[in-house]
Amino acid sequence: MTRTEFWQGNTACAEGALAAGCTFFGGYPITPSTEIAEHMAAKLPKKGGVFIQMEDEIASMASIIGASWTGARSMTATSGPGFSLMMENIGFAAMTETPCVVVNVQRGGPSTGQPTMGAQGDMMQCRFGSHGDYSVIALCPSSVQEMYELTAKAFNLADRYRVPVFLMADEIVGHMREKIIIPDSVEKIPRKELEKGVLPFKAGDDLIPGFATFGKGHHVHVTGLTHDERGYPCATNVNLHHNLVKRLVDKVENARHDLADFSVINPDAEEVFIAYGAPVRAVQQVLHDRPGQDIGFLQIRTVWPFPDFALARFKNARRFLVPELNFGQIAREIERHVNVPVLSIPKLGGDLHLPRELTAVLERGL
Amino acid sequence: MTFEDWFRKDRLPHIFCAGCGNGTIINCTLAAVDQMGWKKEETVFVSGIGCSSRAPGYIMTDSLHTTHGRALAFATGVKMANKNLHVVVFTGDGDLAAIGGNHFIHACRRNIDLTVVCMNNQIYGMTGGQGSPTTPLKCLSTTTPYGCAEPPFDLCELAIAAGANYVSRWTSYHVKELEKAVLAGLQTPGFSFIEAMTQCPTAFGRRNKFRQVIDHVEYLKAHSLLKAKRDRLFEEGKEIPPDMFVVGELMRRNRPAMGVLP
Repeated sequence: MTRTEFWQGNTACAEGALAAGCTFFGGYPITPSTEIAEHMAAKLPKKGGVFIQMEDEIASMASIIGASWTGARSMTATSGPGFSLMMENIGFAAMTETPCVVVNVQRGGPSTGQPTMGAQGDMMQCRFGSHGDYSVIALCPSSVQEMYELTAKAFNLADRYRVPVFLMADEIVGHMREKIIIPDSVEKIPRKELEKGVLPFKAGDDLIPGFATFGKGHHVHVTGLTHDERGYPCATNVNLHHNLVKRLVDKVENARHDLADFSVINPDAEEVFIAYGAPVRAVQQVLHDRPGQDIGFLQIRTVWPFPDFALARFKNARRFLVPELNFGQIAREIERHVNVPVLSIPKLGGDLHLPRELTAVLERGL
Repeated sequence: MTFEDWFRKDRLPHIFCAGCGNGTIINCTLAAVDQMGWKKEETVFVSGIGCSSRAPGYIMTDSLHTTHGRALAFATGVKMANKNLHVVVFTGDGDLAAIGGNHFIHACRRNIDLTVVCMNNQIYGMTGGQGSPTTPLKCLSTTTPYGCAEPPFDLCELAIAAGANYVSRWTSYHVKELEKAVLAGLQTPGFSFIEAMTQCPTAFGRRNKFRQVIDHVEYLKAHSLLKAKRDRLFEEGKEIPPDMFVVGELMRRNRPAMGVLP
């Protein structure tokens, strides 16, 4: 039996994590994500899990990586300033292929910026923020329902691909309250354990090695240094480094069809909106107000790796319109993949685009 | 078993310079670990970045070589997520006291059940000899070419003030005492901190008038002040010589601890 609740987005995120079997939360208070930590602090100990408030976000990220190596499904939640501090160990998680979930309830930046106001300014940071080449998965919820579902999904993806998975929410989705339907259970795909006799960083055809959980006798060495398939440091071998980093990127980028999560409305339209996160709601209102098939809409839930092939679904598109709570971070990504004009519709300051603002852009025409 | 059975033999030889004291401290630590009777599969070594932090890579257990200064935060995650694991941290003066200073005091405050062995060579060895938070006044390094002008940290006093259950300091000369101190740390629930003063001939010794490795070891021996003697001097109202450092068991107590199995 499903049940219906009236929840805040951040509550739905925490409940989605608990449903997915998260047993470790390491965090640091920061607006507008704090409700997630508070909810986990209340619920996790009663379920036999661990909540720990660390001394900063650097330590939060470190703690969830440490917990993950014992086999735990682990997560943290933060916002812009904390996310910046996490970058160091996000790179460590990418290099050591540590599954973990990082929630960023985005607020206005740069710096301390607007703690209580929504934004989407960290979309490029989550993809490229730590030094060196790597690839990650980022999911963007646009409703309380999606906060729950995508958080639960993030744990499966983290375990499957052995990468940090980002839930790139925003203050608007995190703090809004709406109806949510809670399923009986969520799908839990267990992490693939390393087989005995196989080297701990030797990958098969899917480019993802089995996981050598601490305490199971694998005697694995885990290092952020460039390492060989045994996990041993090997930091000056040119080909080895090239091949390792290429695998870290390819294991995610090659899977972008499997990872893709988007929905297409009116694929024959000439004017097409593309949105993710809170601005999805404004576009939905525009479509609601203008029934018919003249406006197309692509909602993207998996923003990284970017589902470039989804753009080809709009064969008649003459223009893509991209409302974002930033100065066109994903619009620029879309521009790389299409030959028609891409119009960025930025809005900063914390307010959502009004439907009439989007309609006005449509009416101005090409 | 002996301490030698804990090594990852396919990783040897190690990268430490000739004359380095780190091997001595690793041996003392592993000898103590061996006496605990722990199984390899239930023991985890964690480290940050620096010469000291290469140690776990040579030990045949699960081992986590992390980012600079963050070993204690990673170790906190490992220990809290699986309290059945015995977690030992190797760190150095730069890793622990500079970039990792905040994690250090908070791990002491939590009194989390870890044993931390700090190889204090008073210099950044791996990057070629820059001054660290424990470089003594007037000592030369590549970033203190006119002599260190900053007073150093006393790491043991810091650990005691922040709440660690067990604290002791020895040197690479005092191998038996060091081994016993690590063993006491491993046996004590809560946060145990063992500081091992050590020579670094390549980056510290050669810039600071220790022409031979043994000159520096002799210096560490000669400038060690036993805690009992320090206490006696204190009671007699006599001054403690400024270039001496106290060695011995400096704290053993039973504050509430985290990560201990019920």
